[in-house]
Amino acid sequence: MADNEKIKVSIDGIPVEVDPGTTILNAARKIGGDIVPPAMCYYSKLEGSGGKCRTCLVKVSKGSEKDPRPMPKLVASCRTTVMDGMEVQNITSNEVIEARKGVVEMLLINHPLDCPICDQAGECHLQDLGFEHGAVSTRYEFERRTFDKIDIGDKIQLHMTRCILCYRCVFTADQLTNQRVHGILGRGDAAEISTYIEKAIDNDFSGNVIDVCPVGALTDRTFRFKNRVWFTKPVEAHRDCPTCSGKVTLWYKGEEVLRVTARKDQYGEVEEFICNTCRFEKKHTADWAIEGPRAVAHTSVISSNHYENLKPLQVIKENPTLKEANKYQFERSVRL
Amino acid sequence: MARKLLLEHINVPQINTLAVYREKGGYRAVEKAIKNMSPEDVVEEVKKSGLRGRGGAGFPTGMKWSFLAKPEGVPRYLVCNADESEPGTFKDRYLMTHIPHALIEGMIVSSYALGAKTSYIYVRGEMMPQIRILERAIEEAKAAGFLGKNILGSGYDLELYVQPGGGAYICGEETALLESLEGKRGNPRIKPPFPAIAGLYNCPTVVNNVESIAAVVPILNIGAEEYAKIGIERSTGTKLISASGNINKPGVYEIELGVPVEEFIYSDEYCGGIANGKRLKAVVAGGSSVPILPANLILKTAKGDNRLMTYESLADGGFATGTMLGSGGFVVFDEDQCIVRNTWNFTRFYHHESCGQCSPCREGTGWMEKVLHRLEHGHGNLSDMDLLVDVSKKIEGNTICPLGDAAAWPVASAIRHFRDEFEWHVTHGEESQTGNYGLAHYADPLEPVI
Amino acid sequence: MLSVKKNEPVEFQEDLISKFDELVKRYPEGRQKSALLPMLHLVQAQFGWLSVTAMDKVASYLKIEPIEVYEVATFYTMFFLQPRGKYVLEVCRTGPCCLVGAERIMKHIENRLGVKENEVTPDGLFSWRGIECVAACGMGPVLQIGPEYTYHEHLTEEGVDQLVESLRNKG
Repeated sequence: MADNEKIKVSIDGIPVEVDPGTTILNAARKIGGDIVPPAMCYYSKLEGSGGKCRTCLVKVSKGSEKDPRPMPKLVASCRTTVMDGMEVQNITSNEVIEARKGVVEMLLINHPLDCPICDQAGECHLQDLGFEHGAVSTRYEFERRTFDKIDIGDKIQLHMTRCILCYRCVFTADQLTNQRVHGILGRGDAAEISTYIEKAIDNDFSGNVIDVCPVGALTDRTFRFKNRVWFTKPVEAHRDCPTCSGKVTLWYKGEEVLRVTARKDQYGEVEEFICNTCRFEKKHTADWAIEGPRAVAHTSVISSNHYENLKPLQVIKENPTLKEANKYQFERSVRL
Repeated sequence: MARKLLLEHINVPQINTLAVYREKGGYRAVEKAIKNMSPEDVVEEVKKSGLRGRGGAGFPTGMKWSFLAKPEGVPRYLVCNADESEPGTFKDRYLMTHIPHALIEGMIVSSYALGAKTSYIYVRGEMMPQIRILERAIEEAKAAGFLGKNILGSGYDLELYVQPGGGAYICGEETALLESLEGKRGNPRIKPPFPAIAGLYNCPTVVNNVESIAAVVPILNIGAEEYAKIGIERSTGTKLISASGNINKPGVYEIELGVPVEEFIYSDEYCGGIANGKRLKAVVAGGSSVPILPANLILKTAKGDNRLMTYESLADGGFATGTMLGSGGFVVFDEDQCIVRNTWNFTRFYHHESCGQCSPCREGTGWMEKVLHRLEHGHGNLSDMDLLVDVSKKIEGNTICPLGDAAAWPVASAIRHFRDEFEWHVTHGEESQTGNYGLAHYADPLEPVI
Repeated sequence: MLSVKKNEPVEFQEDLISKFDELVKRYPEGRQKSALLPMLHLVQAQFGWLSVTAMDKVASYLKIEPIEVYEVATFYTMFFLQPRGKYVLEVCRTGPCCLVGAERIMKHIENRLGVKENEVTPDGLFSWRGIECVAACGMGPVLQIGPEYTYHEHLTEEGVDQLVESLRNKG
């Protein structure tokens, strides 16, 4: 096969051509919209991430043109590469929807659901996941697992009770910093992110663990309880930084910069990692060259008051391609 | 008397020494393979024998070997999985304790077949005595020229090392085992890539169970055709069965695959019947992970045929009325045993042993354990059984490694076959704390048929 | 958060270091981390448990980050991160052993030693705990005692009494 030859796959009936070696998840992201599986642990910028949370499970109803047999189990779309002629079902498979509902329930049984006092609320991936893919209520009737909060250094707080063990912060420390001091200790549902002996995470890029955390387990102590994110205004800015790209989002309340984060794409992933100086030390407008307001997905609570919206995501029922491709499923669901 | 291939000389005094082992024909397979056969010949012979992995999954060993990638200039590894941890299974411990050279000889022949120059035996850490036994046996084999440089003057070099685990059931899963051997946490890897392509140190690797590797020796000695004549259908050869629970003679038995289950339980050659004159209630036939079956279904299939000790016969009826041969951990329950308590116990085990990497298993095993604990202690609800079945379904098939399935199957099968006993625990909360549900309608035939 | 109550300085003697040197030779160049589990077993056999100082020393010997050692030591159940009694009686508590009375044996040990699971007797000699299947189901109930991990099979109440007595006499 020539290097530039594309592989043809279809996801929920929508065809797409991608490079060999692309994962199902990234092929779906190329299509965009509702058929993109949610991902809580996969992070395209972190090597080795993914496969753990199981929220991105999909059904491969046809393996490839060569070997059309379906895969026996649902597969993690973030870690399964596409084959030529592969057919994948995501939101058109009841099996997938049920399994995902199960995964969401599992992720939530030991989660404290303390969103009203959590700094991550409003930009929490678990909140979104629960809302979009979860069941209406939990069936879990036991005490939840809890941990004490720990300050790892003067800038970052670890609230392990909220953690979903996505391992992203461990990969970040491994790949971005020269010395990893935190990791996963213990095992099973007693496993925790920890430093063992309350060591400070002290490194130029350590603050990025806050941005990659999908939940409120790692939060910015300099922003702690200062405000709800939906009351703040995101503004894109940059500075000439000797350590990092210097491209950030500033979060304003009135004239005051409450926090600085990296810029995130529509899947919540950091575009370029930033250094701790930009994140924690530069909190004055004068430090930055302002570019303009940050585009925020219209579905986000952050956009509720203001600013430019990204193009709304297409909803399956209104998308003509999807509608055509999944005619049978729609007719069936109407019949039922 | 059934034919014995692995345990033939188990009762010979000092069979654990090289001298006695050789007297009884030991290391003939090494000589035969290295002097008269090419590595490909050995692989072909194992393929022809129909040997299926004895660790639990039953995947054909020869086929697994033929998948091994052989890129130029990259070392290949053979790793023996001696992390025997499946509740109900203790055959590998028995074999390594009494005939360590059977494993060493198998490792040499298998490494030769696969072109491995360094091989490891990963033994669970709790088996320190067995680790010492194996290390002594390796010393002996090395002194006799069966290991090390230029084995038997053939130019083939092999180093063999024993690696201890640290106490983790999950390291019996082959990729978790490789992680552990690399000095890491035993988190299973996401497949693909499979170990045959990228295993230990990212090199092509084969991981085989102790018994599978030991079985290669008799296959070479008697020939694949002769080996394949033993057994029925695709269950060829002999298998070590670990028998435990409420039987007269617990222990490890080598059976020719195809022995009727009833004979295995009641004949004096094997388990010797149920202990203390009690009656049979249930059997877990292949280690704690496989579905539990009540007496009536373990002795006969749903169709009414005699159930046999083979991969196929035990699986007859699917999970609705069948089970699996698994690793051959045969646990027998008498009429006094409480299925709810045992299910809780097994689930606690899986909860304890979940690595915590993927969410359905990490959270789901703990949830099931809590519900079962409540049921066992008389505080359950009638809806708990449906809840358990549903949670087990949410785990099954949705995890990185098979531990999720292993945790789900015992729960789902116990409720499938013993639902009335679970319900009795709910409706008779207090009574269930002191009394026992007993046999109900799951009785075995009073008079053994055979 | 795992905390450390007691953290004595430890010194690795030459014989231990030379055992480490032997171990790392088993693995290919640059894969010395593979020696981690066997090294931790050696350290625990000598000191009775794994202190943070000991683990840090292991890390520096292997030229890896200390957290990599903590991650491993906390994953595997055989490693003690707190001081224990000299003899730790580890009783198998999994299904097949329970069918033949493991729970009764554990209760008996608790009464006999007068301490709860994972606690140490006042004389510092004994601890006990239930552990999961040790692959000796046909010989149940069983218990093992480190660091040699000798086995005691087909346990009875009287057998446990004798065992405890003989260990106590040994001191």
